[in-house]
Amino acid sequence: MNIIVCMKQVVDLQQIRIKRDTREPVLEGLPVQLGDMDKNALEEAVKLKEKHGAKVTVLSVGSLKLKETILQALAMGADDASIVVDPTCDGSDPASTALTLAAAVKKIGLPDLILFGEGSTDNYSGQICPRVAEILGLPQITYVRELSIENGTVTGVRDMENTLDVVKAGLPLAVSVTSEINKPRRPPLTQILRASRKPLNTWTLSDLGITAEMVGVTSSVRVISNLAPEQERKGIIFEGDVAEAVGKMAEALRKEGAVV
Amino acid sequence: MSPNILVFSDQDEGSYELLTKAAEFAPQLGEAWTLVLGKGEEKTIQSLLKYGAKRILTVPEADPSKIDSESLAFVLSEIAKHDGPDILLIRSSRLGKETAGRIAQKLQAGCITDAIGLEIKGAELIAHRYALGGNTISSETIATKKKIISVMPGSFEAHTVPPAGEVKVMDLAMPTPRVQVVEHRKKAAESANIESAETLVCVGQGISKKEDLAMINELCTVLHAELGSTRPIASDLHWVSEDRMVGISGKKCKPKFHYSIGVSGQIQHTVGVMSSKLIVAINKDKDAPIFKIADYGIVGDLYQAVPELTQRLKTAAG
Repeated sequence: MNIIVCMKQVVDLQQIRIKRDTREPVLEGLPVQLGDMDKNALEEAVKLKEKHGAKVTVLSVGSLKLKETILQALAMGADDASIVVDPTCDGSDPASTALTLAAAVKKIGLPDLILFGEGSTDNYSGQICPRVAEILGLPQITYVRELSIENGTVTGVRDMENTLDVVKAGLPLAVSVTSEINKPRRPPLTQILRASRKPLNTWTLSDLGITAEMVGVTSSVRVISNLAPEQERKGIIFEGDVAEAVGKMAEALRKEGAVV
Repeated sequence: MSPNILVFSDQDEGSYELLTKAAEFAPQLGEAWTLVLGKGEEKTIQSLLKYGAKRILTVPEADPSKIDSESLAFVLSEIAKHDGPDILLIRSSRLGKETAGRIAQKLQAGCITDAIGLEIKGAELIAHRYALGGNTISSETIATKKKIISVMPGSFEAHTVPPAGEVKVMDLAMPTPRVQVVEHRKKAAESANIESAETLVCVGQGISKKEDLAMINELCTVLHAELGSTRPIASDLHWVSEDRMVGISGKKCKPKFHYSIGVSGQIQHTVGVMSSKLIVAINKDKDAPIFKIADYGIVGDLYQAVPELTQRLKTAAG
């Protein structure tokens, strides 16, 4: 069985600073990491590999730092990785990202299973799995929290609003997973050291036959502004003796009308 | 020619707010239409008309309880191609959201998911959504002719209008679905209605064991508050049912008063309470990000602060 896991490199969201005067986010120089739920997708692929035997390929689209970031995926158990590195790939809209990923999947060869996180940690659009599935003509099962494969039939338990839906589909298939599906492993040092010796293909957009006009510039969604929400919080913080602090808090809450 | 707006929600009531919003845009964007899977019960039809649907399309061949996103995308794209609504507003349930991506690709259209607001500026339809994990709000517009937008439930108010619409039955043969829905298992739920709670208390990993929730529940009683939680408390530890989970992957709440207890304030969680009128935080770590969005905060041990606060409020109320 061949499995491709699509992963995204994202900046550490906890470290984003907001410029006070303009409310713009500052992203320069932030550490990058693999998306949280993308790691769940990879973990699930590695578990399937351990159970059924499979080749696990990691696929990612992004900027230069990706070469280092992807090593973590290789350490976590992927057999090889293919990355598409192009300056226009960072912050491109979901349609462009999906187009690029689908082209890369075709170049690698259509696998039995393509796994995704339910959404990226930063943008959470949830569009990539369904778009890639549509381009490649595959059925999709999204928001999966339990996955099993028996005799070529995939059974997934989908986490819906009020129900858990049990669904079945054949291979090949695109699947997106939620963070409940597993606990991604922390690779031991030996695996981390071996990661850099695993095969890593680096492609540009033109290697995939994608021109600049197809992505980026003619992006189907235009961002007008992207700013921190205006918020005026009082920011009154009581420190020191807890009983005293609670007294002041209770008094403040009464004045705010929060308690009778 | 007006582009017209097609509204779809996988639960009837979910359509109402979208129809109201679509009707508000009628002068610029044309009629509000909606899709009903199946024959459409009379009651359903009547309420959709009441919320401003000008045209209700029913698809008798489609079974709403068994439909998968690929088949749903097929139905929506058939309507968009032949009957010509250019704008699709879909309730951002999980089925709605995954279908939004799929149909957008089918129609080669731009798509914005999880919109929290819509407005028209000049000739443009602008959608607002959280970006960068909730650190920012991104205002976006779709450049393609067909526009797919999935909208977070509860983003708009629904209003009734005098019914003035028609029903059109669509003779559409459904494809054989490639994904079979075998079973809908009911989730263990406490039927918590935290989205409409006026006062909400959310707990995070500052709570060290499940039994300690008793102390939090006492505070909830005094405050007449609903209990919510961060993702780990619900989905990893199962100390509360998942319908109490607040955040980008859980529920979005708009309480008047929000109490955040032992919550560090990761953006993926706080995005679910950002629109609270007043935010109160108790956390022992004075550098916890939660204090950045708090109106009032106590830096201290919640095991001391919570019982003390409950006691004080009880006395005040008594």
